[in-house]
Amino acid sequence: MTTPTSQNWPQIRTVGINGMLVSFADALSEPSNRAALAFRARLEREGWDGVIETSSTLASAFVRFDPFVLSHSELHTRLKTLLSEANWFDAAPPEGRRFWRIPAVYGGPLAPQLDEAAKAAGMSATEAVTSLSASRVRVTTLGFAAGQPYLGELPEAWNLPRQSGLTPKVPVGALVVAIRQFVLFATSAPTGWRHVAQTAFTCFRPESDTPFALRAGDEVQFVSISREEFEAIRTRDKSGDGGATVEPIK
Amino acid sequence: MTGLRVQSIGPSVTVQDQGRLGFVASGLSRGGAVDLLALSEGAALLGQGDDLAALEMAGFGGVFQAECDLRIALTGAVMQASLNGAALRWNASHAVPKGAELRIGAASSGGYGYLHLGGGIDAPVVMRARSTHLNSQIGDRVAEGDLLPVGEDPGGPVGQVLDVATREDGGTVRMVRSFQTPLFAPDELTRFEATVFHRDMRGNRMGVQLNPDGAGFQAEGGLTVLSEIIMIGDVQMTGDGAPFVLLPEAQTTGGYPRIGSVLPCDLPKLVQARPDAPLRFVFVEMEEALAAERAFAAHLIDLPRHITPLVRAPGDVPDLLTYQLISGVARGDEEH
Repeated sequence: MTTPTSQNWPQIRTVGINGMLVSFADALSEPSNRAALAFRARLEREGWDGVIETSSTLASAFVRFDPFVLSHSELHTRLKTLLSEANWFDAAPPEGRRFWRIPAVYGGPLAPQLDEAAKAAGMSATEAVTSLSASRVRVTTLGFAAGQPYLGELPEAWNLPRQSGLTPKVPVGALVVAIRQFVLFATSAPTGWRHVAQTAFTCFRPESDTPFALRAGDEVQFVSISREEFEAIRTRDKSGDGGATVEPIK
Repeated sequence: MTGLRVQSIGPSVTVQDQGRLGFVASGLSRGGAVDLLALSEGAALLGQGDDLAALEMAGFGGVFQAECDLRIALTGAVMQASLNGAALRWNASHAVPKGAELRIGAASSGGYGYLHLGGGIDAPVVMRARSTHLNSQIGDRVAEGDLLPVGEDPGGPVGQVLDVATREDGGTVRMVRSFQTPLFAPDELTRFEATVFHRDMRGNRMGVQLNPDGAGFQAEGGLTVLSEIIMIGDVQMTGDGAPFVLLPEAQTTGGYPRIGSVLPCDLPKLVQARPDAPLRFVFVEMEEALAAERAFAAHLIDLPRHITPLVRAPGDVPDLLTYQLISGVARGDEEH
């Protein structure tokens, strides 16, 4: 076997006994994420017998299948055929995507690491808020916790390393930043990323008919609001949307 | 609503079924019982479907009172159990009359024991399953005072025992190579197969650490691997080189390199190993892995054939009154 870095992309590899992974790169990039999203959307449309579920991660599409219904060799052949049909790096984004504007309070006691993150990015706090709140980012993948989005890419100045220590706990709705990405926390959890803003948005709503608010491919802007506006939203909002607006992307 | 009232409870007891497949794209891992074999064994003992929910007890059970006549089965890690003070056999089904006190104590192995009710535990269905998923805040740990509601029980045998080979003694666990296996040098893989491991006591539903007798293991790519899909059973190498086996409530994606993936049919042996029991890993080819899974599926179907009536020696009956109470609610034809 060769090491992944010496192989050509895309490549098809197994995961466990009933998973197959179609990877487009070994690092996150806009084209490889676009390819992963588009290829996964195509797999969903194919609806092959024996496929249990599909998903996309930062640069791969994943298929979980029943190897006693759809054999490894048969699935491998079908994936290879699909891959050869198009240049997936240039593929159009999947349909049904939406654009969300989610209100967020930047800095202050609700998001105590804005100043630190701004400094690391070489900006004043005001410049940092302008930069982050103006960025229209895409959900590159959902993962780690249920419904939790990774969003990118932010401007190059935000290529910050993770902090060396962990923040013991950020609350649900926390917006954290590192390596040109946001994560919007779906649960209360520890993190090595910096907590720069707080939303009243609930990513995972297990009792709802649509438990996962966001989908991979959706685009999001975290609009800056005041602490007072935030508290008003938090008081009146029962939906979990936290004052967000949403429109289809055509 | 009636069922089993919780009078006191161990620190990590949850309602579990087979979990939720189909949500990995949204970041929700399958969840469900850590020892799926134990779930099927309980279902076989009670003559019901293995899609019903049971109580998963990590290391320690609790004290319960029946608020109606119940059938129960006990499977998984062997725990001390008694009904109104009389010892109960593990890997067996029993009648629990209304008002009786059921006590389930510690598992000497520290593993996962299961308490099944005839009719299943009728916990609310959330997103197609009854499983508590602690990491995603679906449901919560069972607490003192809770009522475990029982589903409708069409009735069936009790006083049955299932012939179960112990899975607490460790042994050899089979793995397949996975897409990140090539990140490990061939001699690291060889050394991995030659190493004896012991299950760490600090495991939880997300994963369990295995401690090597000797040095830890490192991937050549180090810690710069792109975060990628996780399968239950993946063996992840964290910073200190001790393998961490990912379990049903693991995160759906992760950036630590994974050396391989344990066959689902060998996971029960791994999660139920006593901390002093030696565990070894061996890589098998995909064909052999699939044959093992096929044999495991056949074993699950065949479980009812390994059930026999529990024969009580007269000396084992500590209290005639208790005995009659039990017989009173049994059908009467299962212990002869």
